[in-house]
Amino acid sequence: MLTERILEFVRLMRANHFRAGLQETIDALRVAECVNVTDPDRLRWGLRALLCSNSADWSRFDPFFEGYWRRFDRRAIELRASGALARFEGADDDRPAAQTSPANATGPQKGDRARGIGASARDATRSDFRLAELNKDTYPLEQWIEQLARRMRKRLLRRHHPRRAGHRIHMRRTLRRSLRYGGLPLELTFQQRRRELPRLVLITDVSRSMNAYSYFFLRFARAIVGGFRDADAFVFHTRLIHVTDLLKERDGHRLKEKLAWIAAGWGGGTRIGESLQSFDRDYARRLVDSRTFVFILSDGYDTGEPELLGEQMRRLKQRARRVIWLNPLLGRPDYAPIAGGMAAALPHLDLFASAHNLESLMKIERTLTAL
Amino acid sequence: MKASPDSQDLVRRLEQAGYIADESLAVTLMLMAQLGRPLLVEGDAGVGKTEIAKALAQVYGCELIRLQCYEGLDVNAAVYEWNYQRQLLAIKMQESENASVADKERHVFSDTYLLKRPLLQAISRPQSPVLLIDEVDRADEEFEAYLLEVLADHQISIPELGTIRATSVPYVVLTSNGTRELSDALRRRCLYYHLDYPSYDKELRIVTRRIPGIEARLAGQIVAFVQRLRGLDLQKRPGTAETLDWAAALVKLNIRSLDTNPDFIADTLVCLLKTREDQAAVTSSETARLLAQSV
Repeated sequence: MLTERILEFVRLMRANHFRAGLQETIDALRVAECVNVTDPDRLRWGLRALLCSNSADWSRFDPFFEGYWRRFDRRAIELRASGALARFEGADDDRPAAQTSPANATGPQKGDRARGIGASARDATRSDFRLAELNKDTYPLEQWIEQLARRMRKRLLRRHHPRRAGHRIHMRRTLRRSLRYGGLPLELTFQQRRRELPRLVLITDVSRSMNAYSYFFLRFARAIVGGFRDADAFVFHTRLIHVTDLLKERDGHRLKEKLAWIAAGWGGGTRIGESLQSFDRDYARRLVDSRTFVFILSDGYDTGEPELLGEQMRRLKQRARRVIWLNPLLGRPDYAPIAGGMAAALPHLDLFASAHNLESLMKIERTLTAL
Repeated sequence: MKASPDSQDLVRRLEQAGYIADESLAVTLMLMAQLGRPLLVEGDAGVGKTEIAKALAQVYGCELIRLQCYEGLDVNAAVYEWNYQRQLLAIKMQESENASVADKERHVFSDTYLLKRPLLQAISRPQSPVLLIDEVDRADEEFEAYLLEVLADHQISIPELGTIRATSVPYVVLTSNGTRELSDALRRRCLYYHLDYPSYDKELRIVTRRIPGIEARLAGQIVAFVQRLRGLDLQKRPGTAETLDWAAALVKLNIRSLDTNPDFIADTLVCLLKTREDQAAVTSSETARLLAQSV
């Protein structure tokens, strides 16, 4: 009887995206054997250690346990378990897709675990970010964007990962050193390949015309920056602000407040050219070099001089490895990049792509490898 | 069914080893031994992740083998390395001997010339040690995959020597700070424990246990202050380690209560606030307010 209850509980947890395989099922029974089952707390602690595998799991485990073993509102939990299982199609070809969980909101939810993506994924990937209703759609979107950004970061990194097998003995120096040991190569000298990891810089437009997108782009920026040493994020409207440290805020709610504050508080024109100028003056020397990918996320509506923007883009292009401009308007059928600023910037870009919905972001992720 | 040690008993023994643990942690540690799975501990810096392994080694009365991970950690530093210098000398000395080439080779690639690094040490001891793999997230993904293999099979293959099977299955504790996401496979293999900042009562016990001779009143004030400080919007919240540093500093400075000399106390806050922004954020008036609430 108890065995069945435990098996059923493991199944329930699996349906709710806890990583519980066959081995975990067997071990769950052993846990019940080891701890004193009559003490529900110990059973809870034991199963929690077994079935959780990250801090998000950790914080959502207890309600499930309470609900199942103490029998209030068990039906509701089961209902929740049956939904949200659709696969995130086309997003990921080389890894098996697990499912994302509807409840792992808070906590450091990092990593590019190739998590699948929940119900109605297909529609959601196609719909424009600006159509997303705040608080209703934002939540899953945020999670997907963060996953995607992490995958993108990883793809960039993977290519440049130094090959450890490439370490070779530096023959000449080794022989030179061997002289003092009568020709025996006692001190080996190694040739070491210099590490060359790419550096990422994201510059996000948060002016009023970008209102509908900037919130998502900031989440995107956050996932790129989070836990990654060589990445920096900036926002601009009429002036430029360095937000890397701010985005590293771990507390989900506090971050939300801060992001909302950044994205909403401003207005009154966009000065892309001048913002880039101040970037060039204050940060570019330190952050942008031949291994830097610069992402600019903007609709290109500039109230400043197009010449200035063109000049700044030229300088940026000279410095950086790649300059990538993501423009959400490009996804609209009637848009052409002929507005003064955008047209001036266009010749200096390595990639000009739309970023109005998840699908377009996913497309960029794939093209990045070719750059 | 094996008779399992009582978890409350384990809590007591951990406390004797200087580690104040919740019972839930004790249950997890017991399961770790029973199920033979590694334990992955996560939590903010300074909450005592590493201390778990140290205390556990003391409780089991066994050796603690520590592998500190870093970017670029490779098999040579983690598992084994040949002692090339000795090998070369041996070859030179054997030159005059009449042994066959095969014999010479066997001699040079024998146990004598093998430098055992932590992972190999951990599986070749007569008694099971505690293996602490610290900050596993700092190591590269390739290493993580290798580690997984060792943890699953308890064997290591060395091309020149063959496969070395474990004579002892170590108690493995992994810690992670989240600089990089760990692989699903590793997470699945491990038991998981999330170590949070301690509650007021627990932290008070830790302070009085670790700082002998601290007055109960001061200890209470210190813990209350730090607990309030953690509630502020800081970049790097002070962990238990910082609390202990601060308490030790105050005891050294002969301070008996936090309400005597607020300016002086404010100067000692460098023990708790480790970034410039945080030090700027906690202004003197803020400090005064926190102090007033804590005493």
